[in-house]
Amino acid sequence: MADDAHLDGNAIGGLLIEIFGQEMTDALGCCAHCGDKNQVGALIVYRGGPGDVVRCPSCETVLIVATRLPAGPRIYFSSLRWLQPAS
Amino acid sequence: MARTAIRRGLTWEVASVIDLVDETSRVRSLVLDVPDWPGHLPGQHLDVRLTAEDGYQTERSYSIATPADGRRVTISVERIVDGEVSPYLADELRVGDKLELRGPIGGYFVWTPGDERPLLLVGGGSGIVPLMAMLRARIAAASDVPVRLLVSARSVDEIIYGAELESIANANSGVEIIRTLTRSQPSGWTGYARRVDQAMLAEIAWPAGRQPRAFACGPTGFVETVASGLVALGHDPGTIRTERFGPTGG
Repeated sequence: MADDAHLDGNAIGGLLIEIFGQEMTDALGCCAHCGDKNQVGALIVYRGGPGDVVRCPSCETVLIVATRLPAGPRIYFSSLRWLQPAS
Repeated sequence: MARTAIRRGLTWEVASVIDLVDETSRVRSLVLDVPDWPGHLPGQHLDVRLTAEDGYQTERSYSIATPADGRRVTISVERIVDGEVSPYLADELRVGDKLELRGPIGGYFVWTPGDERPLLLVGGGSGIVPLMAMLRARIAAASDVPVRLLVSARSVDEIIYGAELESIANANSGVEIIRTLTRSQPSGWTGYARRVDQAMLAEIAWPAGRQPRAFACGPTGFVETVASGLVALGHDPGTIRTERFGPTGG
């Protein structure tokens, strides 16, 4: 994981506000593969392809892919079991 | 305040450049007037959008360098050679020009003034920018939260806000500034002269028993060294906040 290519969930904060209508980098998400719970800001983000690939920092499973289509932002859900905004 | 403001969603707004400050040979601060700016917390960022004459648009995120100050917002931009956005912002932009932006963004990498826990701020290169907003907010609030800021730069000339950091440390007994220069050091240099490592963190970090908060921002490898080093020193991972700057194409 100690490569120099990835960012973190802070990098998709703007796109998530577009979709959810509120700040989400402090939301808590649960990995469906390993069950680890992390705030979105702590997730690992790989940028460079057509979308931002968001992985679990514990097991590296792809949780979501965030992308921007001509019609607007879209999130593909892969292994994000749940997502809960900060209270 | 900031949360209420955030809940309106995000809309692109047109800001005006009211001042430009060269911080180092590669970093320029843009002081912006944003008419409907809702305020922000230290550590938050904003998105800048540029539109070419043919309609092509591209966005970049920039950390905010200052605490909330009405309509006035300052970002500091590092010029990335061959970058798509930063050379324009750092070289071409003039006072009076307009700039499209949206924000504030971020709820994870934020420090809330009023948090009384000792603060460790660790910044690599331009990773110091959001940490500077935290430090400036702490000074502006006349808070007595003890702060240690470790800044890593290639040379003394590349320390962003170098002169201000020195005067802050001199004027505030609760603020310690620790510098490390990784490539070249002036003669008589008494600071560190290497990349941040575990031994350095052991010397400068608050004891874990004081339940400090830590914020680390910089290139990915730098941030991971700091985070894993603090955990190895016994810090609760939940008290460490990180923000990575990557090869974003500038």
